[in-house]
Amino acid sequence: MGWVRGYFRSPPAVIGLVLLLLVVAMAASAGWLFPRDPLALAGRPLVWPLDNPRFWLGTDNSGRDIAAQIFHGARISLLIGLVATVIAVLIGIVIGAVAGYYGGAVDTILMRVTEAFQTLPNFLLLLVLVVVFGSNITTVTIAIGVVSWPAPARLTRAEFLSLRNREFVQAGRTLGLPDFKLIFGEILPNALPPVIVYASVVMAVAILLESALAFLRLSDPNVASWGNLIGLGRDVLRVQWYVSAIPGVAILVTVLAVSLVGQGLNDALNPRLKGR
Amino acid sequence: MRILSLAGRRLAASIPTLLLILIGVFLLLQFAPGDTVDAMMAQMGGGDAATARQLREFYGLDLSVPAQLGQYLWRLVRLDLGFSAIYGKPVATVIAERLPATILLMTASLSFAFFAGLVLGVVAARGVNRWPDTIISTLGLVFYATPSFWFGLMAIVVFSIYLQWLPAGGLEDITQVQTGIWRTLDIARHLVLPTLTLGLIFLAIYLRIMRASMLEVLNLDFVRTARAKGLDETRVVVRHVLRNALLPMVTLIGLQAGTMLGGSVVVESVFSLPGLGRLAYESVVQRDLNTLLGIVFVSALLVIAVNFLVDLLYARLDPRITPGG
Repeated sequence: MGWVRGYFRSPPAVIGLVLLLLVVAMAASAGWLFPRDPLALAGRPLVWPLDNPRFWLGTDNSGRDIAAQIFHGARISLLIGLVATVIAVLIGIVIGAVAGYYGGAVDTILMRVTEAFQTLPNFLLLLVLVVVFGSNITTVTIAIGVVSWPAPARLTRAEFLSLRNREFVQAGRTLGLPDFKLIFGEILPNALPPVIVYASVVMAVAILLESALAFLRLSDPNVASWGNLIGLGRDVLRVQWYVSAIPGVAILVTVLAVSLVGQGLNDALNPRLKGR
Repeated sequence: MRILSLAGRRLAASIPTLLLILIGVFLLLQFAPGDTVDAMMAQMGGGDAATARQLREFYGLDLSVPAQLGQYLWRLVRLDLGFSAIYGKPVATVIAERLPATILLMTASLSFAFFAGLVLGVVAARGVNRWPDTIISTLGLVFYATPSFWFGLMAIVVFSIYLQWLPAGGLEDITQVQTGIWRTLDIARHLVLPTLTLGLIFLAIYLRIMRASMLEVLNLDFVRTARAKGLDETRVVVRHVLRNALLPMVTLIGLQAGTMLGGSVVVESVFSLPGLGRLAYESVVQRDLNTLLGIVFVSALLVIAVNFLVDLLYARLDPRITPGG
């Protein structure tokens, strides 16, 4: 486990891990610290932070506790980020693996589809998906996963291209293993590490995509999402700018933590590439 | 000429991609609840079923899906994007009105991100692992993690509300008629904050790539030769390293064109700029599917066009790229 020590030797990676644990702790303690519905009326609207000890981050335009929304929002952001990333990486792995393993016409067709997804701006495709399938939290999460798979697919394909003719694969083929077992049992475990590391980038982007969608009021209005709160605060930006400012910091910290951890993992697993 | 034919071939290869996108999104939109006629009826304040049927017949919405798709593609060949029931104008006209603002914003943001990223990347690479590098790299990470719409709002709070230096939104001051240079200056003033907002994430990406690319090229043999020749450090960086280190940056422009268009949806909404991105948002809210499909088409064309230009630029920067290779 030399890479674990390598990871902890890098200060940014440690900071990232601490920040990530902080956000996870916020998500975990949300139900215990703020047992009430975060979207329920809590007090007078637009109380400034620290003015009332009951609402140390203040209240928003409709009198809902901002601190409660931030804590519960951590759950939503992490949940959407994680699930969307899993969806994107799974689709990407299957398509990239099949394209890279078989090559030829299958590869050409699959890469054309990937190219089509990359040519269309992914936020625009996200808008189209929201129009078609509506905007509750499930469809939004799936939609974010569906627009994020091309990059992991390309990465998996590249790994498969370099691995598919190695000796251990040829040995498997000589033993008469079916393609399915060769792809998922033999090659994939070797192709996986860079894809897993890249998943941190996918997750960071997924969290940003969801918050942007929520800011435009196109995400689920019935969950406490940080993006929703920023969009709401925009109406009172002139004076009560804190309503938008606070959730933005939460998004920044979360995305920063995820990227730092991903970067740290990358450096620890590929020490040769450190500093790139 | 050879470069042109290479880029031309790449351009031709993107036609199937474009077709795939159009067919895919067209079929997808068939599942959307409500169609153009529903939107029109809602605008008219309701109507009876017979009128709806007539309208559907008129717009060809009563045909089977493959027939509609065929019709749509055939109209696209003639550059007819259909009619927007919401704006009461042809979709092509609506988009043409909104396109300049978006292209202006994208060009400005891209230039800002590219050159600022280049300079910061070079500075960071020259002082690798010393304090300038640490500061620049940290800033890059923070910029990358900042949601652009939030940065835009905070910029409005600081620069438009408190300091009152810059306008908070819009493309130009509509309270007075301006012409010539004054109008240009006015638009430029309005675009400062949107440009910074949209460019920020890309600045972070460019500076990271530039730094890595510089570090890699600085270790190559020809740089040692140049130094051994007695060239001073500035000369080495500007004349020998930069051109080679620029290649990955140029590739990135092509890769990021789509992301930037997507980002303009949010930024144009924050600063209420009359651009393509805002149009996309409005057509989503108003369920104007014809316009949305038109925007998808134009955005894909825009991304393909940017990639075409990048191919040309790339071939100029690197003479080793030939049609054979």
